[in-house]
Amino acid sequence: MLWHRNFVELIELILESRAHLTKPRIQIIRLTMTDLAHIRNFSIVAHIDHGKSTLADRLIQETGTVKDRDMKEQLLDSMDIERERGITIKANTVRIDYTADNGEAYVLNLIDTPGHVDFAYEVSRSMRAVEGSLLVVDSSQGVEAQTLANVYHALDADHEIVPVLNKIDLPASDCDRVAEQIEDVIGIDASEAIQVSAKTGQGIHETLESIVTHLPAPQGTLDAPLKAMLVDSWYDAYLGVIVLVRIIDGTLKKGMRVKFMSNNTLHHVDRVGVFRPEMEMIDSLGPGEIGFLTASIKQVRDTRVGDTITNDRNGTEVALDGFKPAQPVVFCGLFPVDSSEFEDLREAIDKLALNDASFSFEMETSAALGFGFRCGFLGLLHLEVIRDRIEREYDIELITTAPSVIYHVFMKGKDGEPGEKIDLHNPADMPDMSKVDHIQEPRIKATILVPDEYLGDVLKLCQDRRGIQENLTYAGTRAMVVYDLPLNEVVFDFYDRLKSVTKGYASFDYQMTGYREDNLVKMSVLVNDEPVDALSMMVHRDRAEMRGRAMCEKLKDLIPRHMFKIPIQAAIGGKVIARETLSALRKDVTAKCYGGDATRKKKLLEKQKAGKKKMRQFGKVDIPQEAFISALKMDS
Amino acid sequence: MADDWQNGGFGLYVHWPFCEAKCPYCDFNSHVSRQIDQSAWVDAYLLELERYAAQTPGRVLNTIFFGGGTPSLMSPDTVDAVIQAARGHWHAANDMEITLEANPGSVEAGRFAGYRDAGVNRISMGIQALNDEDLKRLGRIHTVAEAQKAFDVARNCFDRVSFDLIYARQHQTLLDWQAELKQALSMAIDHLSLYQLTIEQGTAFGDRYAVGKLRGLPVDDTAADMYMATQEICEDAGLPAYEISNHAKPGSESQHNQVYWRYGDYVGIGPGAHGRLTINESKFATESFLNPNNWLTQVSENTGESVRTQLQTQDQANEYLMMGLRLTQGIDMERFQALSSAPIPHDRLDYLVDIGMVEQDGSTLKATKNGRAVLNAVIRELLVD
Ligand SMILES: Nc1nc2c(ncn2[C@@H]2O[C@H](COP(=O)(O)OP(=O)(O)OP(=O)(O)O)[C@@H](O)[C@H]2O)c(=O)[nH]1
Ligand SMILES: C[S@@+](CC[C@H](N)C(=O)[O-])C[C@H]1O[C@@H](n2cnc3c(N)ncnc32)[C@H](O)[C@@H]1O
Ligand code: SF4
Ligand SMILES: [Mg+2]
Repeated sequence: MLWHRNFVELIELILESRAHLTKPRIQIIRLTMTDLAHIRNFSIVAHIDHGKSTLADRLIQETGTVKDRDMKEQLLDSMDIERERGITIKANTVRIDYTADNGEAYVLNLIDTPGHVDFAYEVSRSMRAVEGSLLVVDSSQGVEAQTLANVYHALDADHEIVPVLNKIDLPASDCDRVAEQIEDVIGIDASEAIQVSAKTGQGIHETLESIVTHLPAPQGTLDAPLKAMLVDSWYDAYLGVIVLVRIIDGTLKKGMRVKFMSNNTLHHVDRVGVFRPEMEMIDSLGPGEIGFLTASIKQVRDTRVGDTITNDRNGTEVALDGFKPAQPVVFCGLFPVDSSEFEDLREAIDKLALNDASFSFEMETSAALGFGFRCGFLGLLHLEVIRDRIEREYDIELITTAPSVIYHVFMKGKDGEPGEKIDLHNPADMPDMSKVDHIQEPRIKATILVPDEYLGDVLKLCQDRRGIQENLTYAGTRAMVVYDLPLNEVVFDFYDRLKSVTKGYASFDYQMTGYREDNLVKMSVLVNDEPVDALSMMVHRDRAEMRGRAMCEKLKDLIPRHMFKIPIQAAIGGKVIARETLSALRKDVTAKCYGGDATRKKKLLEKQKAGKKKMRQFGKVDIPQEAFISALKMDS
Repeated sequence: MADDWQNGGFGLYVHWPFCEAKCPYCDFNSHVSRQIDQSAWVDAYLLELERYAAQTPGRVLNTIFFGGGTPSLMSPDTVDAVIQAARGHWHAANDMEITLEANPGSVEAGRFAGYRDAGVNRISMGIQALNDEDLKRLGRIHTVAEAQKAFDVARNCFDRVSFDLIYARQHQTLLDWQAELKQALSMAIDHLSLYQLTIEQGTAFGDRYAVGKLRGLPVDDTAADMYMATQEICEDAGLPAYEISNHAKPGSESQHNQVYWRYGDYVGIGPGAHGRLTINESKFATESFLNPNNWLTQVSENTGESVRTQLQTQDQANEYLMMGLRLTQGIDMERFQALSSAPIPHDRLDYLVDIGMVEQDGSTLKATKNGRAVLNAVIRELLVD
């Protein structure tokens, strides 16, 4: 079951500073560089909850990396929220020592990755730093959407893959069936899959042996200029920015000066170390090794993941390919409910953005909502978490406007010349349709795995969201369906709907595929005859009436009755396509009010009045802040 | 605002916290008790009166109100003692109104003459419904016939007898209510209190409502229709509304309740009683201990008053607005302004006038008929922060 966790909580975790990871005592131990043949680097990947972090625990424990008394479940999930929820948010790297059955001592660098679809970027970049993957599959569940997605990432990264069938202690475990599924659905050889219980420790030794024997050693040259991959970075209150690196060639030494090739900045390396999983300082890291450096860097923004780090002089000529940066795909406006809190909001957003390079923002003004920010996020979950943090940590109540994607608007040209292309982040900025030639919208490829009995509902849902079926295959009683869908139909409440129509049994993964032209229009919403720009949205022309009706009906329920009746309309250009009327409030009066009731009633009215402040006035109409999001939810 | 209260007059409220049975809709401070030592209550009331009189010397007392609970369970001697003491402490107005709330049981009716002799000159009787089935649903322990008998006894003893009805009851239709109201008007003398049933938290009805077990309540629109019909029918019968739920022949309005709505001063004694008192140029809100026995103990030890809060003039302005707009005659904006640090913003007034919720006439501001039906919403617009 994939969507069983609260998205807000998940992203929140990502955004948590990892400061406390470094707070534990810092040991200074002299480790010697390891020769390449005795290094194995791998990531542990799986669908959410299939047991990656628990497997990492056993590997850490079996190799004596952490003493038994310091051991705890999902040791690497060190952030408070990770622990609270029993889930991994940030990838974590650990270096362990293992003496194999052949008598040789190996250094293993494992990266435990998050399983949730929203953290796909985290997984794929981790994979760039290693040569192999342990593909964990819960043998009581089987292959799920992220299992597949992770395999594709691993293949992309040219990884050797070792399948691990986990949770064999469970009665429902069925290794034969799952091995068959892996071969059928994924197409990799599962004959040597290791049967493991990360809970009891069964199969852990075999796993370690398999890592040593099946995964390739890294390659690299010691006598070469430094070439290191900047895998990740985060801010630590004590040490400044911590940079996770994979050394490709050469040596990274404490005290040296290095150059970040993307922007040619120079830094003095003041610490070099590895995670075991606590930080251990060492003097240098050699080819094939994974560790960290600090260099008095103040801002995460000054480090670019995927960058190449080399010597300040006579460094490597050729930079690594780099990673595609994580691009915000979902945009919405954030406005303070109380417009006098705009400056506070600016400060909050500035601070949050410091440690989160994937979150973008710029100032926005709305006729209806005043000053706010147009913000970009990796996904809806990211959006909700940032919003939640602003509200809770900075105590600013927010109005969130309809999430939107980036449309490509092509204007009509003159004299046969093609017109200008506009990236439209905000439907409110949509130019006049008569000047628009055509509009393109982003599409995704969605992969959904679902038990047979829910397939019909899933197909209907995808169809309703303008999906084009690309593939449908079966593995036993599970169907795998691939759809080409418009991102804007998925961005908002698709997950919730999928979860509810499949009772949580479907798993889902998607990736962006590109832009395609379609018949898109801007739908505006008028409340009491006044347009509310924050409610306007881009819709497909064929679905406009339906969306407009749904929107008006929802708003009718969400807006409290007023002392007068309120027309609510949806319109395309000047043409009204849907209309509802919210009838006037007819009775709201306290029947009995005598001497003793004065105090009580005053308190009540004051409370109600405070409640009114949570609404925003549009003309004479108070619209509750949650209406801006709730109005968009579709029931089908 | 040393003498603002004089715009509303000065009254005394006496709370009697006992009833024969607890009604399932009622959240008043009322309790069922086997043993009531009337003399202990007399002593306590008299102590409280003395204490409050010392803080408000020399005033003219306009009204006394015995409320409850069921004050018709008080012995006439108890009522007499309180009235005599009050007359001794303050200057009784010539036309002092003395009301007693009565339940329409036969036992009570037997005491009416005694109350009259003690000085009571007005009865407010809780009849609640004019059909037996609904009385039962409301948990009332009397029948319509008994109520009518009690009412007849009362009107033989008193010139002024009002009664209460609760409407928008379970399974009641607009037509039912219209018929019942017409019947009530044929009985009425000069005053009627007509309350829409309110589901209060912490009552038996409240609990049932919360779990969805209180069925058949009229929907809001029907309740609104009932309210509007009530206004018209009473007006046509010569008993127009002078307050949200109170109707009277002009001149027969309850003087005591108008002290509240005109935001005068009032002493409140007895368990849970509230008061508003202007002392040394400051206005205070007072509250008394809720629990009857505790109140008795506290009075004997020191005072029954549990809370005294000084009201800022802005609070007073808001209370005046809130109470005053309940009256058909509305409020005096000059008086409001004298109390308030800020006048009611023009744009809000204009807006409310524009949508037909209030009317302005010189310095008078009043809610229209439509405005009174949604008075809470109107007040929310007008309350000054
Ligand atoms: N019975 C049993 N339970 C296991 C086993 N391995 C993991 N679990 C349980 O499965 C749940 C998920 O384990 P995790 O290790 O947090 O899974 P994960 O893959 O790291 O999850 P994410 O990081 O959130 O994607 C936990 O409750 C574990 O205790 C196993 O071998 N047997
Ligand atoms: C507190 S009672 C005291 C009078 C007396 N004990 C009686 O019940 O007849 C005053 C009046 O308030 C009204 N009342 C009490 N609770 C109510 C409620 N929940 N909704 C509407 N009216 C109510 C009844 O009409 C009642 O007559
Ligand atoms: S409605 Fe009257 S009789 Fe019934 S409990 Fe309340 S105060 Fe007592
Ligand atoms: Mg994990």
